[in-house]
Amino acid sequence: MKQEGNEKALLLGLARNERKAVETIYKENYNMVQSLIINNNGSTDDAKDIFQEAMIVLYEKARSGSFELNCQIKTYVYSVCRRLWLKRLQQANRFMEIANIETVVPVDEDMEGHEKRNREFGMMEKAIDSLGEPCKSLLEAYYLQKRNMQEIAFQFGYTNAENAKNQKYKCLVRLKKIFFTHYKNGDSDE
Amino acid sequence: MNEKNDIMILDAVERYIRGEMNPDERLHFENLRKTNSEIDQLVVEHTLFLQQMNRFGEWQKFRTALNEVHTDLAEQGKINSDQLKGKAKVVYLWKRYRKVAAIAASIAGITAISISTLVWSISPQPSDDKLKMLDRKVLAQEVATNKIQKDLNNVKNNVEKKADAPAFVPKTAATGFLINGRGFMITNAHVVKKSEHIRVFNTKGEQFNAFVVRLDPVRDVAIIKIDDPQFKTAASLPYGISKNTSDIAEPVFTLGFPREEVVYVYGEGYMSANSGFKGDTLSCQITVPANPGNSGGPVFNRNGEVIGILSARETDAEGAVFAIQSKYIYKAIEELKKNKYYEGLKVSSKSTISGLDKVQQVKKIQDYIYMVKGD
Repeated sequence: MKQEGNEKALLLGLARNERKAVETIYKENYNMVQSLIINNNGSTDDAKDIFQEAMIVLYEKARSGSFELNCQIKTYVYSVCRRLWLKRLQQANRFMEIANIETVVPVDEDMEGHEKRNREFGMMEKAIDSLGEPCKSLLEAYYLQKRNMQEIAFQFGYTNAENAKNQKYKCLVRLKKIFFTHYKNGDSDE
Repeated sequence: MNEKNDIMILDAVERYIRGEMNPDERLHFENLRKTNSEIDQLVVEHTLFLQQMNRFGEWQKFRTALNEVHTDLAEQGKINSDQLKGKAKVVYLWKRYRKVAAIAASIAGITAISISTLVWSISPQPSDDKLKMLDRKVLAQEVATNKIQKDLNNVKNNVEKKADAPAFVPKTAATGFLINGRGFMITNAHVVKKSEHIRVFNTKGEQFNAFVVRLDPVRDVAIIKIDDPQFKTAASLPYGISKNTSDIAEPVFTLGFPREEVVYVYGEGYMSANSGFKGDTLSCQITVPANPGNSGGPVFNRNGEVIGILSARETDAEGAVFAIQSKYIYKAIEELKKNKYYEGLKVSSKSTISGLDKVQQVKKIQDYIYMVKGD
């Protein structure tokens, strides 16, 4: 089937965060999700939030390589969004039924993984934020943007790479301490 | 000394994990790892940490990409745009509030019926003459209002004709920025208060006539409106006007036209104090490079929200610039809305560019920043 091949290619592109694939999936599914949310007591902002979260779930799934094409991307996105929105409504104590306009596939397992990752990344985000400047920018530049120490030293106004490295080390020790405290606590919680 | 050692060890561990060591070094390190359990532990721990950091980084990048895609597609009209418009909004509000509306309507209905019955039964019959008199008065009032309206239009037309004349010799030049898609723009009051004609320029080489709709010399805020058939209105702006006060040390940036030619200059800095010169609570202090031509320019926070209007009133202190807090933009708008011509003026407090990196943000913003010239 041509369509199946297309979808497979899209997912491969998505896993690599290729702009074109992300755009195509976004374009083909967003309006459907927006009407789902708006018809069920949500706003456009809610729709954007929920849809983007579903895109992250799809992205993680595509990356894990375990995305078997037993359903269309559309069906999967719809199912995840429906699930996420029901949960959001429940948290706001507004119980309601959502009429299905699309077929739904079970997504429980994926949602569990997603929630765990959300917690982990949320914790990392908070930990990095809590370091304050210049640590936050310094560590982001080195570990996330993967820039080299010379460049960083220049940009942050250190006299040489050695000084920047010392500062980075101090920041890293602080971050790792926060990270491993949470990491160990998180493990015992589950 | 000890710390220096630790730094060296960590450096080695990182290079080892990334596979950047040459074979000899690698062998040596692996031996060290076998004999020294502390180093072994560090490798295991750091691998885990780096993995998590990498995945976190990719997750962040993906989220940024999503925001970019959303903004782009909405701009190109390929997905239903951000604002709820027309029917969709009515449907949404109706769905959300129909129960409340139904209850309110029935209560209102019952109340209305009972009151009117009551009034009907106890009130004396009014005389028709009195009513007619009132009626005529209202009519006369209306005629007078219409006349005033016409006069006003005439005056406005005259002003417009004058503005079209080529004799435009600018005396002041500064920066201004749109606050909605319909051509309403903010700049400093001191820039335009003495000007008879105002013209705004963008980097695309377009220029439009504009006029002052509200002037607040105390807060140094002016709202001007582009009044030009050439100007194309936009559905929405990429940035919003923040309603909150910013925190100290928050990174900020500004765009403006500090030089005579129409060139944007980008400045980056930090919020340095919540109050302005001599404790002036209207403004806040920021550290960005700025020149007098930056006056009236927007100050953005990292979410791409306008948090202030740059106002170079005190230029003595090096690097210290003052900005009028954005809440005074809202105050000025509130004042303006008391005029019934501007009742419907709308401004968004939300930015659609909040997840983007700065380069992308500036790209999206720059079309909405203008050079303001007044004579």
